[in-house]
Amino acid sequence: MEKAEKVMVKGTEAIGEAAIRAGCRLYFGYPITPQSELTEYMARRLPEVNGTFLQAESEVAVSNMIYGAASTGKRVMTSTSSPGFSLMQEGVSYIAGAELPCVFVNVVRGGPGLGDIQPAQSDYFQATKGGGHGDYKLIVYGPESLQEAVELTIRAFDVADKYRIPVLLLTDGLLGQMMEPVKFPSFKNLNTLPDHSDWALTGTKMQREPHRVTSFDLDPVKLEKMNIQRHEKYKTIVKKEKLFEEYKLNDAEVVLVAYGTMGRIVKSVVDTAREKGVKAGVFRPISLWPFPYEELGRYTENAKLFFTIEMSFGQMLEDVRLAVNGKKPVEFYGRTGGVVPTPGEVLAKLMELV
Amino acid sequence: MAYAERFKAPTSLSEKEFTYCPGCSHGIVHRLIAEVIDELEIQGKTIMVAPVGCSVFAYEFFDVDGTVAAHGRAPAVATGIKRASPDNVVFTYQGDGDLAAIGTAEIIHAANRGELITTIFINNAIYGMTGGQMAPTTLLGMKTTTTPYGRKENIEGYPIHVSEVLKELSGVAFLARTKVTTPQDVIKTKKYLKRAFYAQLNNIGFGLVEVLSTCPTNWGLTPIESMKWLEDNMVKEFPLGVYVDKVGDVY
Ligand SMILES: Cc1ncc(C[n+]2csc(CCOP(=O)(O)OP(=O)(O)O)c2C)c(N)n1
Ligand code: SF4
Repeated sequence: MEKAEKVMVKGTEAIGEAAIRAGCRLYFGYPITPQSELTEYMARRLPEVNGTFLQAESEVAVSNMIYGAASTGKRVMTSTSSPGFSLMQEGVSYIAGAELPCVFVNVVRGGPGLGDIQPAQSDYFQATKGGGHGDYKLIVYGPESLQEAVELTIRAFDVADKYRIPVLLLTDGLLGQMMEPVKFPSFKNLNTLPDHSDWALTGTKMQREPHRVTSFDLDPVKLEKMNIQRHEKYKTIVKKEKLFEEYKLNDAEVVLVAYGTMGRIVKSVVDTAREKGVKAGVFRPISLWPFPYEELGRYTENAKLFFTIEMSFGQMLEDVRLAVNGKKPVEFYGRTGGVVPTPGEVLAKLMELV
Repeated sequence: MAYAERFKAPTSLSEKEFTYCPGCSHGIVHRLIAEVIDELEIQGKTIMVAPVGCSVFAYEFFDVDGTVAAHGRAPAVATGIKRASPDNVVFTYQGDGDLAAIGTAEIIHAANRGELITTIFINNAIYGMTGGQMAPTTLLGMKTTTTPYGRKENIEGYPIHVSEVLKELSGVAFLARTKVTTPQDVIKTKKYLKRAFYAQLNNIGFGLVEVLSTCPTNWGLTPIESMKWLEDNMVKEFPLGVYVDKVGDVY
């Protein structure tokens, strides 16, 4: 793959290749549809770059292996799909608690339970409001295209390192399985990756005090202090790391809000609606945490109506309502169980509303 | 070796005071591990993974880099560390609740992969930290807070024999069950620990030392009675000895 040229790739492979170019040399995983191709890609590709691939015995083990590898300060990732991500929550909570940088990919499928293997967005609550125990946050990105998935994967490693926080790429089977032309950036020089020698577990070499990476302190006052420090960091992330796209919003009277593949689908809905004289636009949050509340909230001044579309019963909907803060009506349309709303049905619902 | 030299604290132990009850085996085993690390001159490259249980603070008792794993997951965490930095020496320290209940899958698979890590497994037949509940290793008839009428095989099943289960796995390079109730046992245990680390240092495979241990506090016995109880009851159920040794006779 030449660095500046566009190449046709599959979604799962695009994310895997992007991770490797970002300097990730460690992958621990467990197969689950619809993301097994990403696991397989890493199994093939990592040995070619002197990296390490390991298929674990379970997702519980995966997330704890990630904890271990991340505690050495190296770039490490895993990918899974919904039931697998539920099992990983134990590790996610510990990783967040110990403030370790790493990247998770959840290619969401229909749930709850075993559900099915079709695309869904019903893990939004788990991703953005916690999922494991305790008061913690992950940075969560929802890409709409393969190009964006590649860019966000690389960004994910960078912000994970910068803030010592786990980052989650929240996508779905639709993006995972599609093929699109993608331009990859060049390989990062591993020697230029951030230096974690001030905290990582690398062995003291008898030259420094031992490093201790943990998520716990039995003294409540000390634990609270740790938690407060972490939340101060979260505040900085909220200030600096919000990402979103605004599409045809300048004169919009209806603001469609959707993320990931749904965000992409509703852009074409807006195009058709405008041909029919409806002034609509799309607000697409890219970082789902931190969620762009203020940025979306500003549209309450000129828009008459907000319309959220999701592949769920309405989870991001709650964040949209918080952003709108009761100032304007918020309508919702969603399909679940792995059914992807068509542009036609979203348009029909939109025309009913206006 | 001069007396003073022999009995000075190992360099690999930190200054931190142990949090263990009087008569608990954790302390003895910690010291032995530290002596082995010193003698193998690996302190500067050792990373320890502490468990959840009474030894949750173990990473503070050793003067090496360390972390605490989630309950039972130490072998997975150690796998992540070792795979990320193969030049380090990685060991886990786990109780029977940790290793043989919640973490059964992790220990079996790490052992079976021949993961180049070393595990010290403390079998005291009970959950210490949470106040004396049944462990998978609790003996039949033994009273614990969750088997107040004694463990019954038709309800709770039989005590699990970790070393006997693990010895069947091809990835295991060194495996022994021991105790630390007499000076001879202590010397033997140290030898086993060393061989378990050799298995890692020489890329032979996974090493585990199971130590039959006392929990005077939750057994409701004095330290001396505990040692006796261990000898009289635990040794019958959990036979001592070397189960696997692929380290060879170079050492
Ligand atoms: C997921 C989870 N479940 C339960 C616990 C509670 N817990 C803490 S220590 C412990 C038992 C530890 O017993 P063992 O491993 O035998 O170690 P010991 O305390 O006897 O040294 C339990 C059940 C926990 N911390 N995490
Ligand atoms: S409770 Fe038992 S295992 Fe825990 S420190 Fe005390 S004696 Fe040791």
